[in-house]
Amino acid sequence: MAKQGNSDAFVAFERVQKSYDGENLVVKDLNLTMPKGEFLTMLGPSGSGKTTCLMMLAGFETATHGDILLDGVSINNIPPHKRGIGMVFQNYALFPHMTIAENLAFPLEVRKMGKSERDEKVKRALDMVQMGAFGGRRPSQLSGGQQQRVALARALVFEPELVLMDEPLGALDKQLREHMQFEITRLAHELGITTVYVTHDQTEALTMSDRVAVFNDGRIQQLDPPSVLYEKPQNSFVAQFIGENNTLEGVVTEISGDTCVVRLDDGEELDATPVNVTKVGERTRVSIRPERVEFNKDRLKEGAHTLKAEVLEFIYMGDIFRTRLRVAGNEDFIIKTRNAPDQVRLEPGAQIEIGWLPEDCRALDAS
Amino acid sequence: MSDASATQNGPVLAADGTPLKRSLARALRRQKMRALMLIAPLLLFILVSFILPIGDMLYRSVDNKIVQNILPRTVVALADWDSTSGELPSEAVYTALAADMKEAAAAKEHTKVGVRLNYEKPGVASAFRKAGRRAKKFDLEAGGPWKEAFLKIDKKWGDTEVWRTIQTYSPPVTAGYFLNAVDMRVGVDGAEMRPERERIYMALLKRTLWMSLLITGSCILLAYPVAWLLANLPMRSANMLMILVLLPFWTSLLVRTSAWKILLQQQGVINDLLVWVGLVPDDARLQIINNQFGTIVAMTHILLPFMILPMYSVMQTINPSYLRAAKSLGATNWTAFWRVYFPQTVPGIGAGSILVFILAIGYYITPALVGGTKGTFISNQIAFHISTSLNWGLAAALGAILLVVVLVLYWAYDKIVGIDNVKLG
Ligand SMILES: Nc1ncnc2c1ncn2[C@@H]1O[C@H](COP(=O)(O)OP(=O)(O)O)[C@@H](O)[C@H]1O
Ligand SMILES: [Mg+2]
Repeated sequence: MAKQGNSDAFVAFERVQKSYDGENLVVKDLNLTMPKGEFLTMLGPSGSGKTTCLMMLAGFETATHGDILLDGVSINNIPPHKRGIGMVFQNYALFPHMTIAENLAFPLEVRKMGKSERDEKVKRALDMVQMGAFGGRRPSQLSGGQQQRVALARALVFEPELVLMDEPLGALDKQLREHMQFEITRLAHELGITTVYVTHDQTEALTMSDRVAVFNDGRIQQLDPPSVLYEKPQNSFVAQFIGENNTLEGVVTEISGDTCVVRLDDGEELDATPVNVTKVGERTRVSIRPERVEFNKDRLKEGAHTLKAEVLEFIYMGDIFRTRLRVAGNEDFIIKTRNAPDQVRLEPGAQIEIGWLPEDCRALDAS
Repeated sequence: MSDASATQNGPVLAADGTPLKRSLARALRRQKMRALMLIAPLLLFILVSFILPIGDMLYRSVDNKIVQNILPRTVVALADWDSTSGELPSEAVYTALAADMKEAAAAKEHTKVGVRLNYEKPGVASAFRKAGRRAKKFDLEAGGPWKEAFLKIDKKWGDTEVWRTIQTYSPPVTAGYFLNAVDMRVGVDGAEMRPERERIYMALLKRTLWMSLLITGSCILLAYPVAWLLANLPMRSANMLMILVLLPFWTSLLVRTSAWKILLQQQGVINDLLVWVGLVPDDARLQIINNQFGTIVAMTHILLPFMILPMYSVMQTINPSYLRAAKSLGATNWTAFWRVYFPQTVPGIGAGSILVFILAIGYYITPALVGGTKGTFISNQIAFHISTSLNWGLAAALGAILLVVVLVLYWAYDKIVGIDNVKLG
């Protein structure tokens, strides 16, 4: 089959659709290309079709329409066991009747590898995840974190070029999860494997990935590196889903190049960067990160618009202060400030004026 | 350090001053008593309806007090007689027998002991019956000599074998029933095999075990795919299938067995169909009932749910991601099934097999109805001895042997597979 699209694409979804029941599309028109060695995360709320995409790539579900290419070759008709894709399942799926070493030897055995070579590789893989001492145990005799490591080692032991992980850390506690996030990214980069990682945890997606595909409603809403995703969300779903976010609704009154003015429903005006708005009079929802809100007038540009705000609550959180304001009728407007010696602590009841740089405030779709 | 403080302060005391250990034990005892009270009705029921009958049955299989009770004097007098001498017992023994018989005949008990001894030596019953009829008129003072009198009543009383049988079976307990149950008997020099043509029980036991094994095997083969479907179909279809599986439980066993009779007999549905299709000529219809084949088919069908249900309950707990994981690791469908799925279903197969096998070797109605003579089980013999020949002792011995076989198999299974590996749900 001729190569299509981007020539350095290792994995490619081309106009892929998927329906389970013939009535609803679970995946609608998915287009995605990944270069070799990339760590890509599919992030999205539960039910958005992430697992379905992964299962189509692994071969356990067939696409209703479209092509999935691996190294330029369509894999639609290749059965799962011939795809050579490593996979880590959310429940680990370690075979309970085999020891850890037998679990790891399984993929090598079915590839008819000799015993000595097999033992060598199993040992190396176990050492790689610091589980060398546990080869003789059964999965049930390991803790969740240890099982997770073994599952990872088993998916890597036969040296696949592509590894898929479906919420692999979902069952671990916070500390272990953070540690494993680091371990997984380290291994993925050291071994140079291409990874598709599925999670609904945005922090996980931001900290681990080269690029993140935000899924909602069977579509990729935005596909970008974490920093772009966080700082330049393309629509209000992404803005809402990634990180904390303040929103205000209004109508565009002026557009000039890369700035615009939005009049809120109570008549106040603010500066923003137009993203999803094109003409004056359009309704919009503006989005601003809590840490980009400025209440020190000196730091704002000359002539910048400001909004009146009332302090409702001041929460001391150690490293940061979190202050809740009432802004244009929105009582959940949050600002975050760093805990520094010269930092102002806002008292509840105080009337202040807030503003921001236009590039930090994005005028998105109103839906 | 903690020791020192304990000895210094004495035992730890509860709030009311009693030692903590004692008050804990008291609190626990009350809990235990309450728990015991809750299960007491069940315990009692099991005791009365299960443990006691089994105990009674085991006792019956060795109980032989009847001879001693009915012929007390004869037993004592006969003790010194040497059965290998070839001579008849002395007049004293016959005198004792006359006294015993007179008493037994008055109480109408002489036939009982006759029947008992007839199990061991056919023909004895009639000798006892005849002697009993006359014994009512025996004049113990003036009568005699008794040897002649008895020989005149029935010449069996002059057979040393009869006397040897009475002597052998005079102790209050006997291994006779058990020996009989394994085709042996007490000969002149201890236990010996019965003559070839009298051996039936060992062959029957072997046949019972072998056929139960076949039935268990065919149940495994048939149940496995069904259980798999039950565990993997979407909810609605699975429920429908489950109803079909359970349907036999709602029909009487007798009806189901009779249905098999209708299907399998020579003028039955299956033969008709085969003849109609032309696979079998009309004059050579298949004999598929009243033999082992009929028993195996009907019992496989009847016991199938007992195999399906434990298998299903085990398969239901097996996460489908195991199979996916195996395939993603490079296993073909067959390897994934055989190396990953199948081993996890072994506990279900084990549980189903134990259940089906144990039910099968004790089965009675179905072999009796569709087994003919070649397809009956040992339980049919037990039933025969209970209700027709009234040889309860032998029935009990056969039952006890069956029980031992089950326990031995259970033990062997535990050694090989491990009983913790059995899951019923
Ligand atoms: N095997 C299936 N049969 C029918 N519907 C399914 C199946 N798997 C998933 N779905 C549906 O597809 C949608 C997307 O599911 P999934 O891909 O698992 O989402 P995610 O992994 O993002 O939570 C959900 O609405 C779910 O109910
Ligand atoms: Mg999912």
